[in-house]
Amino acid sequence: MVTENQFPADPIRVVLLFLSGILMFISLWLIFMWAPMEQVMGQVQRIFYFHVPIAWVGFLAFSVVFFSSILYLWKGERHWDALGHSAAEIGVLFTTLMVISGAVWAKPVWGVWWTWDPRLTTSLILWLLYAGYLMLRAYSPTNAQAARYSAVLGVIAFVDVPIVYFAVSWWRNIHPEMVVGPLAESGALEGSMVTTLLVSLAAFTVLFGYMLLERFSLRNMEDTLGSIKSQKGGM
Amino acid sequence: MSGFLLPVITLVLKDILLEVRNKEAVSSILLFGFLVAIIFNFAFDPTPKMVGLIVPGIIWVSFTFAGVLGFNRSFVLEKDNGSIDGLMLCPVSRDVIYFGKLIGIVIVLLFMEILLLPVFAILYDFPLFIPELLIIAVLATIGFSAVGVLFSAIAVNTRSREAILPLIILPLTIPVIIAAVEATSAIIYGDALGSVGRWWQLLAAFDVILLVLSSILFGAVLEE
Repeated sequence: MVTENQFPADPIRVVLLFLSGILMFISLWLIFMWAPMEQVMGQVQRIFYFHVPIAWVGFLAFSVVFFSSILYLWKGERHWDALGHSAAEIGVLFTTLMVISGAVWAKPVWGVWWTWDPRLTTSLILWLLYAGYLMLRAYSPTNAQAARYSAVLGVIAFVDVPIVYFAVSWWRNIHPEMVVGPLAESGALEGSMVTTLLVSLAAFTVLFGYMLLERFSLRNMEDTLGSIKSQKGGM
Repeated sequence: MSGFLLPVITLVLKDILLEVRNKEAVSSILLFGFLVAIIFNFAFDPTPKMVGLIVPGIIWVSFTFAGVLGFNRSFVLEKDNGSIDGLMLCPVSRDVIYFGKLIGIVIVLLFMEILLLPVFAILYDFPLFIPELLIIAVLATIGFSAVGVLFSAIAVNTRSREAILPLIILPLTIPVIIAAVEATSAIIYGDALGSVGRWWQLLAAFDVILLVLSSILFGAVLEE
């Protein structure tokens, strides 16, 4: 039974909302006014500052699904399921945006909307897996079953992703090199571009935190409402 | 050990006996697998030159789709006749039920594959008997079924049982399908890239990881 004081305090959400708004304005200014024009790709390269943070939030959301799925199966507490479900919805939303922003960027640069490059393919399979996660929930007869079944999928899907990545990269190996991250070549990005990217990453991460808390507390309220209804004699 | 092995064997024998008596699963997946291959033949209309490119794909798409059909049936009988409750009341661990169902379905699928491979060999003109192909088939079928059994136990409890299962197991088993197709292609038509070794490894790694994970998670699925 969820009680009032288990909801995340409202002030946190308000702070996160304003913080993500401010950071979003700063990063918009940095992206369009401050960051230098990329020499080869031109204006269209600025999609990069949206595409990478959106992809990052997608993966972050799915790792939240993974950990809350494990915790739900282990502890059986309802709020872990609510957290996992909320993160999965946000993850599917951002993976969709990632594929769309990637396609818009790929068309002028690579000349095609889509290629079967390992990272693109893995992202697409990731999207399919978590769309399946939401479908499985929708088709489960009871909330308890939806929670258990989707937690099982939440664990397996996350473990499966690296295997998918290996399989797909051995299958097709034509992808462009990483620009940031552990495998990145140094000097691939100019300093001001890195700053812009980092601010944009921070903005999107805070936005993710806000969306997750908002969805999570809404879901908890729905649960409380449901249990009150059933206490008052099944409406 | 015998406390684990004996009940598993009993469960497998139960499924096999059931199958030998009514032959429903084997006949339907056999015919369906064959039909998929025939449909692909019309869809691609392969010239002798193209055959090498598409035959491994045809083989594995047909096995995969037939397998999904098999998984859909795997728990339907248990559920509809209420025997799943009987299984859960048995004084055996959930792992026993998982591995019993898994070995049962793997045997049925391998039976289908062993019968269909020579048919494909005749239709598409590749050597009838290739031992390596059988080993690939065994590894791929185990990996595919490790996930398939787990999610067929889930799907049988959902609305629209048949619709949800392929939506979940097909994306999960994409590594198995890729590895099986590439390895088959290398075995039948020559391994120009020397890549067979890594596909073996990938299949074996997938099998081990997914078997361990699925058998652990299976307990959570049956909990009622």
